[in-house]
Amino acid sequence: MSFLKIQNLDISYKTRKETIVASQNVSFTLEKGEILGVVGESGSGKSTIANAIINQIDPPGEITQGSIQLDNLELCNNENLIQTFRGKKIGFIFQDPQTSLNPLFTIKEQLVETIQTHLKLNDQDATQRAIQLLKEVGIQDAEKRINDYPHQFSGGMRQRVVIALSICCEPDLLIADEPTTALDVSIQAQILKLIKELTIKRNLAVIIITHDMGVIAEITNKVAIMRYGVIVEQGLTKDILTNPQSSEGKSLIISVPPTNKKINRFTLISPEGKEITLNSANLTKNIIKTWGVRETSNKKILNFENVSKVFDDGSLLKKQDSKNIVKALTGVTFDVFEGETFGLVGESGSGKSTIAKIITGLIKPSSGKISYYNDKLYNDRNIYQSQYSRGQIQMIFQDPYSSLNPRFKVRDIIAEPLKFYQKDLSQQDLQSNIHDLIDIAGMSRQSLDRYPHEFSGGQRQRISIARALATRPRLLICDEPTSALDVSIQAQILNLLKDIQDELHLTMLFISHDLPVIRQMCNRIVVLKDGNVCEINDSESLFKQPQHSYTKQLIDLMPKIESLV
Amino acid sequence: MLNYFLKRLFQASLVMLIVAFVSFSLFNFVGDPVNNMVGQEASDERREEIRDKLGINDPIYVQFYNFVENIIQGNFGISYQLKRPVSELISERMPATLELVFVSAILAISVGVLLGVYTGIHRDSFLSKVILVLSLAGVSLPTFIIGIMLIYLFSVILGVLPSFGRGQVIDLGFWTTGFLTISGLKALILPSVTLSLFQMTYIIRLVRAEMMEILQTDYIKFAKARGIAENIINYRYALKNGLIPVITITGINIGTLIAFSIITETVFQWPGMGSLFINAVYFVDIPIMSAYMIMVAFIFVMINFIVDITYYFIDPRIRLKEEKE
Amino acid sequence: MKIYQKFYDTDVGYSFFNSKVAIFSFVLFLIIAFCSLFAEFVSPYNPFDPLNVSLMDAFIPPVWSEGGDGRFILGTDQQGRDMLSTIIYGSRISLIVGFASIIFAMVFGVFLGVTAGYLGGKYETIVMRLTDVQLTIPSILMALLVDGIARAIISKSMHDEMAIYVLIFAIGISEWPQFARVTRASTLVEKNKEYVAASKIIGLSSIYIMFKHILPNILRPVLVIATIGLALAIIAESTLSFLGVGVPPTTPSLGTLIRFGNNFLFSGEWWITFFPAIFLIVLALSINLLGDWMRDALNPKLKKR
Repeated sequence: MSFLKIQNLDISYKTRKETIVASQNVSFTLEKGEILGVVGESGSGKSTIANAIINQIDPPGEITQGSIQLDNLELCNNENLIQTFRGKKIGFIFQDPQTSLNPLFTIKEQLVETIQTHLKLNDQDATQRAIQLLKEVGIQDAEKRINDYPHQFSGGMRQRVVIALSICCEPDLLIADEPTTALDVSIQAQILKLIKELTIKRNLAVIIITHDMGVIAEITNKVAIMRYGVIVEQGLTKDILTNPQSSEGKSLIISVPPTNKKINRFTLISPEGKEITLNSANLTKNIIKTWGVRETSNKKILNFENVSKVFDDGSLLKKQDSKNIVKALTGVTFDVFEGETFGLVGESGSGKSTIAKIITGLIKPSSGKISYYNDKLYNDRNIYQSQYSRGQIQMIFQDPYSSLNPRFKVRDIIAEPLKFYQKDLSQQDLQSNIHDLIDIAGMSRQSLDRYPHEFSGGQRQRISIARALATRPRLLICDEPTSALDVSIQAQILNLLKDIQDELHLTMLFISHDLPVIRQMCNRIVVLKDGNVCEINDSESLFKQPQHSYTKQLIDLMPKIESLV
Repeated sequence: MLNYFLKRLFQASLVMLIVAFVSFSLFNFVGDPVNNMVGQEASDERREEIRDKLGINDPIYVQFYNFVENIIQGNFGISYQLKRPVSELISERMPATLELVFVSAILAISVGVLLGVYTGIHRDSFLSKVILVLSLAGVSLPTFIIGIMLIYLFSVILGVLPSFGRGQVIDLGFWTTGFLTISGLKALILPSVTLSLFQMTYIIRLVRAEMMEILQTDYIKFAKARGIAENIINYRYALKNGLIPVITITGINIGTLIAFSIITETVFQWPGMGSLFINAVYFVDIPIMSAYMIMVAFIFVMINFIVDITYYFIDPRIRLKEEKE
Repeated sequence: MKIYQKFYDTDVGYSFFNSKVAIFSFVLFLIIAFCSLFAEFVSPYNPFDPLNVSLMDAFIPPVWSEGGDGRFILGTDQQGRDMLSTIIYGSRISLIVGFASIIFAMVFGVFLGVTAGYLGGKYETIVMRLTDVQLTIPSILMALLVDGIARAIISKSMHDEMAIYVLIFAIGISEWPQFARVTRASTLVEKNKEYVAASKIIGLSSIYIMFKHILPNILRPVLVIATIGLALAIIAESTLSFLGVGVPPTTPSLGTLIRFGNNFLFSGEWWITFFPAIFLIVLALSINLLGDWMRDALNPKLKKR
């Protein structure tokens, strides 16, 4: 008999308008010592399954059918039994370490409380055990740090504490809901390694929920692919990743950016199994007539010279050596040439977003020279000289949910920059421009009269792209444009960006923390760490022969889906 | 830690100074104090005499300095209308107001927090719904109407409680108290219930909103997933996290109570600072108005200061932020 | 019909039409507002026209009590004025002062809040300090102080004429900080959203961004505060009038009427205070119920069951 056996699980949410099916006919098994990955795009129902096992589904959701058996005991609709299991037999890890810990209680208090809930230990013994656990999850100086508060730990450390809390009462089943999504790549690797070690050492059965195929490749033995609440394919990780059988599986795997080579465009297979080709290339022939073809010479379009940026906390009393000063950028120098895609890669805090904001005038640099073609973007009084770059530099942003004003119709969102730059545009010309732009972005014309909230993340990014192109820019800055999107949508958007660049002769500045994506998109790359330039090189050389130790580290730690072949 | 206190102290003094200046301006630029004191008939020489005596012909900063000096020594001038030193009037009436406010505060806060926590945790129980409906009524009833209604019910119809005054008070020298006599205590009941009702309902709703929000946070979900008992989650975790905004509310509420005591004192003819102030507004008695403003500002500033200090001890994030600097 | 259909389809609309309380209180409020607006047509008499009023009619109890008179359904007051009429006219004053002061507070407070949140810097610090300081002073006290100062500055006769404006100003001044604080907080959240950055990159001016982009997105909490603030403003006005420092007795509001009647409570003529008081309570209650429903319906954080 399997340790964990889920059979024909149905979960639905009854709202006032309709009944939404969160999962349908879900079945899988898990043994001790195995790590099962449940992967799927957002809305696939994977988190709901996890919540169902510990009976913590958000109301009005409920299990309508099926069985969940743990160690031969039926858990479904048996709150009393689950109450005793939570924490003791089943451990749960949430996604965001920032909000999982109570800020007003010390780590010791939270650990001891949990331990004493399930095990009969006195304070002293419980504290000892807590210290042991902290050591086991890799916290240095555990005896001292146990008395600290959560906000005194960094993100990765906090997640380790969260893991310690989940396993402190010796559970047999560990469920981790997107445990590394909120963490940097290097920290992610460490946490995954920790989970793998714990699995082996304690003979745990582990379920990892994620949308990241790389995570699946790194540590799971088995994987189940979910889509719209249904498991479309499951089996050994090795088998599925190398040779997916279902069309959904195929569509998912093929969208993952390869880490070991560069491809021209992503092949897109829709989940129904048909190949998708985007026809934006055809439509842009119209645009080229109105835009005017641009010559591509190899002129320098952007120059950053020794740029630094220091943030202070803005207090009214300025202190010299205050610990609140953040050095976002230190002596950053690089060039961008016409027509290329230049990549900025680094983890959080590396300064890549700051660079984008300085180029667009949203933040002033503290020192250094920034030039657009031959003009300085900031004059002697450090004021942004928008007359040189107006309309020519544009940006698309990371979060599709906050980059469009929810109160504006799509038509008005795109019209705004058009009207601003061409004040005497006739109504007819305006509308035809808007139509061109929405065509380029690959969206239907009906979408113009709708509001942003009616669209998915990927569609919203397309609208953002249409808006950015409205001013006919020469330089397009893409600040993590696909980080918030599902993998298959990401592939479509990246293809679109490449098409646009080719047709309209755009120069792109591409910012990401995702190395495989950077490799696919960029010609040249700069690697940043804590505001410093580590390495600049063209992308293939960078990946094949990294020079800087940090670059090497990033490339090593990057989860590789090819690692299984 | 000392740094934190000193910073707060400095801010408090700054606020007091600003209030003093506004008060001072009231005195000097609004109306003619001389006219108010001697009436229409006095001769010009007499007026000049008084002007000199009052120091009105001195430059502003000198006048302000004298003003502040006087305030610190407790000299607030003479009431235009009652012709007595304002400081005397205030010290006579302050115990009445403070006792009333104290009792009301305890009532409002204890009942308010208790019911607020209960309705926040047990969202859907019948009792919660009843409490919420009643609290809505409490917010819609102006304080003076509550007072009138209570007087009508308990004094006129039932005849068990007095409808005005403090009852018998014992003079302790610097303080007169109504706590030590039966009639004094009886007299306190209706006014304090009246005064506390509005605040009580306000507190119930605020605490409830706080509790509900906290119970939906991730760290509460995680605690549940770790198997921690519901009771402990509700009453230990959620309560401690909810304490911080409650303290702010408490601080503000004592201030509001002092302000609303003006109304209650009028309805119940309670001989406190509030009724003194209302009369002053009606008769444009500036010395009393400005003295009241300063006294009240002082009490508010002190309360704020105490609230800030309490934050320091309760929220570890503030403590650590200060220690880092 | 199309707007109605659109409203019904939204979450808010659904919540409204399913909440008997919300519909009931909204209708009640509309009735009161309508009556007071058209007082001349609705009320049976004009009690402030001296030709209509006779001392012979004073102290008549309501029609269902002994001694009642069919001409005066709710009885008459000490000057022979019909209670029902005085209440209708009185509620007009209460509503006018209430609305005007809250609109004043809203415009002033929202403007300062949005600009402070968006522009930041020393301007923001000053505005926020100001709201902090003023928020420590309860609104009733603030209104009293402003009124008192006004009395001191303006002569008595002029004061009577301008009393309503002074009152509106006093109550408005005491309520603006709430609006400022909430709008500033919301503005700070919106300011960090990427559509604002996109607008800046396009080159749109700050004023344009503040009022065309940010403002429409922060109106929800403002509406909730405005509704609840309206109830508070009406209560504040009635309190001030009751204390004798509100509207002049020649144009009495509900609070003034209650004050008049208070003198006769103990001598048995209870209706002179009772009916204005009930009316005031009903008015405040209906607005509060509406505001309460609004707060829950517009709150994205509260998970709906």
